[in-house]
Amino acid sequence: MANFFLDNKDLQYHLEHPLMRKIVELKERDFSEKNLYDTAPHNFEDAMDTFRRVMSLVGELCVDVIAPNAEGVDKEGPRVVDDRVEYASGTVANMKAVNAAGLNGITLPRRFGGLNFPLICFVMANEMVARADTSFENIWGLQDCAETLNEFASEEQKEKYLPWVCQGATCAMSLTEPDAGSDLGAAMLKASWSEERQCWLLNGVKRFITNGDAEVSLVLARTEEGTADARGLSMFVYDKRSGGMKVRRIENKLGIKGSPTCELVFTDAPAELVGDRRMGLIKYVMSLMNAARLGIGAQSVGLCEAAYREALKYAHERKQFGRDIIKFPAVSQMLTEMRAKLHGTRALLYETSRFVEVYKQYAHISRERSLEGEERQEMKYYNRLADVYTPLVKLLSSEFANELAYDSVQIHGGSGYMKDFACERLYRDARVLNIYEGTSQLQVVAAINGVTKGVFMDSIARYEAMEYAESMQTVKERLISLRERVEAMVAHVESVCKESTQFRDFHARRLVESVGYIIITHLLAKQAAYSEVYGSDAKVFLKMAEQYIAGAEAVILSSSAEDVALWSEVQEEF
Amino acid sequence: MKKALKIVVLAKQVPDTRNVGKDAITPEGTVNRAALPAIFNPEDLNALELALRLKEQREGSKVYILSMGPQRAADIIREAMFRGADGGYLLSDRKFAGSDTLATSYALSCALRKIEADIIFAGRQAIDGDTAQVGPQVAQTLGLPQVTYAEEILHVEDSSIVVRRRLERGVEVVETPLPAVLTVNYSAPAVRPQNARLIMKYKHSMTSSEMRANEHSLSANLASARDYLQIVEWSASDIECDETQLGLAGSPTKVKDVQAVVFQSKESKRLTSSDEDVKELMVELMASHTLG
Repeated sequence: MANFFLDNKDLQYHLEHPLMRKIVELKERDFSEKNLYDTAPHNFEDAMDTFRRVMSLVGELCVDVIAPNAEGVDKEGPRVVDDRVEYASGTVANMKAVNAAGLNGITLPRRFGGLNFPLICFVMANEMVARADTSFENIWGLQDCAETLNEFASEEQKEKYLPWVCQGATCAMSLTEPDAGSDLGAAMLKASWSEERQCWLLNGVKRFITNGDAEVSLVLARTEEGTADARGLSMFVYDKRSGGMKVRRIENKLGIKGSPTCELVFTDAPAELVGDRRMGLIKYVMSLMNAARLGIGAQSVGLCEAAYREALKYAHERKQFGRDIIKFPAVSQMLTEMRAKLHGTRALLYETSRFVEVYKQYAHISRERSLEGEERQEMKYYNRLADVYTPLVKLLSSEFANELAYDSVQIHGGSGYMKDFACERLYRDARVLNIYEGTSQLQVVAAINGVTKGVFMDSIARYEAMEYAESMQTVKERLISLRERVEAMVAHVESVCKESTQFRDFHARRLVESVGYIIITHLLAKQAAYSEVYGSDAKVFLKMAEQYIAGAEAVILSSSAEDVALWSEVQEEF
Repeated sequence: MKKALKIVVLAKQVPDTRNVGKDAITPEGTVNRAALPAIFNPEDLNALELALRLKEQREGSKVYILSMGPQRAADIIREAMFRGADGGYLLSDRKFAGSDTLATSYALSCALRKIEADIIFAGRQAIDGDTAQVGPQVAQTLGLPQVTYAEEILHVEDSSIVVRRRLERGVEVVETPLPAVLTVNYSAPAVRPQNARLIMKYKHSMTSSEMRANEHSLSANLASARDYLQIVEWSASDIECDETQLGLAGSPTKVKDVQAVVFQSKESKRLTSSDEDVKELMVELMASHTLG
């Protein structure tokens, strides 16, 4: 039987990563719940056995239910009826299936009815769901909002909302407004305390809200009258059953058409404050967005997997000039690079997930007891890595997803431009990945300090210090030389920056992506010890890294402070 | 307070004959079980779904699987538990080996007398033998009413049930006293998926033989400490039966001969998409009454 987990050795490799032992032991607090819950694991092997079984259940549902519905969902899409969202019939069937399979509250604690799985498993499930139907990942993956409640909400709020999510309540992040997109600090939806009703009331409009008509919404709202920036914003949890919110319209989008993107009107809608006032954007939403960015990473990798497989299949089936087109160098080279990008971006995704996971678990443990010195050190260490790897993976995976979807259509030729093949849908679906949850340009802003302040370079130094397979020695040497060249590029940028501070902004993307290419090649080269496929991927990725960095280097080293004016000229043009 | 029901689903582990490769049949013409994955007989899954829906209508009701087969048939009992069943019984004994449908239904009936089920579901037929005899024969042996082609339970009382049957030319609604045997085919709803929490809860369940074979393993330790993880295992001596009616001895069906039929194409014809060729094909199909 086809199965999106069992047919994917790369995915299975990442589930079996050596750091999983530490992650599972942290998550399970040394298996302290084994006699409290009949679903709790008794040891590491027991937990891993469960993960494999449940991942394979997800993989089966993807093949049996979600993937076959994808085309119909894309055509039919959701609609608004009496101010409420009605999902496409295929989406409804998907939701029924994942709820019956109990795939909700995957990472939440058992006491709320969750599975208490590591984040890695959730990321993996997201990836498989996205491969089956990118738009359904949006709806199902939003259960991750509950993690933010688990982290910051009061005990009373957790008891109210988390069990509901574990039973299948859908979630949304109501952040964006017509005049507050990338600049969320400008959000104006108002929250005012009602003495009469003894609760907060929300009034205003939200726009572009994915799955906006969800049962549970996290809403960013302005509590401090007279403020206009991030410091006046707080986060609320809104229960749809309370009333006061209407869906005004849903957007007609290029892709992910099954995912309802809503404009919402709140009119005296009662909501509960989460955590402290004024910390809404600064603390809670930042955390929420980081989790969501990892989610987009998973969605992107899932789409890469689908795009690669569609292209590979077609290249084997399609004959021209008497041969399968895969036999032509131009086609097989594209596929080779697609595979390297797929495996490379997945390696980066799970590396990042592991960093986030360890850091988050220590953060949770620190609320139960004070951490030991060494644990505190580790938490800090992984926190620093998570902060820069998260935007890096969002940036690269979403851009690669677009490249793979583009190449997949290209390999399909004229047929790929028609509605008859899945690659056409993937091409449209991919386009939003590098826009929402922070555009690629904003990911660069979030990641550039990692390049200039050393976190990435320290990380690369650790990869360089590791043992590599014999066959990867040349790759490693060339990576070291690439790193030295990137350091020279950074030094040049930083020195010119002293004259013109904007200089860094103009080169930030080149620097971040150069570092990204190096890191991915390291990860693939490290994996080469497990499979030759990764060795080939590493060699291919190295070539792409060298090509990219040579180009970036040419631009950066030939630029000076004067070029800032050159790149700003257009600002005066109308 | 309505009575909680004890619901039993008869299920069989079968080779997956739907995905047959080239080595599915041995040169001797028998099924090569090693080459085919062992699965839950598909129509038994439809039966399980109806049983689980009935359970949900009646608080406190329980669903149990009853299967006869080798030890590894415990896998389908576990699978049923991952989908919502509460437990199961495995009839496993060399004395059952070689049973035809009569001997099988006799053994199952003896077990069912002991279980005292309120209602028994079974798939219409297994995909390895395709006889569709076991369900009806169990009803006959136990002297119970039977409803075949059951598709939906419309209403249930403590001592009767109303069922819709899907027939070739329509549907029929029948009422029958309980206990009764219901057989189910693909017209009933598809089975629900396995459930993550139930997988976690029941994955360590074992039969007593499995516990002995895996002594000191985590699963065996847990299964011996937790009742809900114990799959009941019965041998011939546990089910109060007449042993001469079991296995080969109790099976009047004898296989006289098995022929390996190999389909060979005699001739083939190549048609293009030209109008003449399409017309010729249509004339031919109409002449053979395939079309029109």
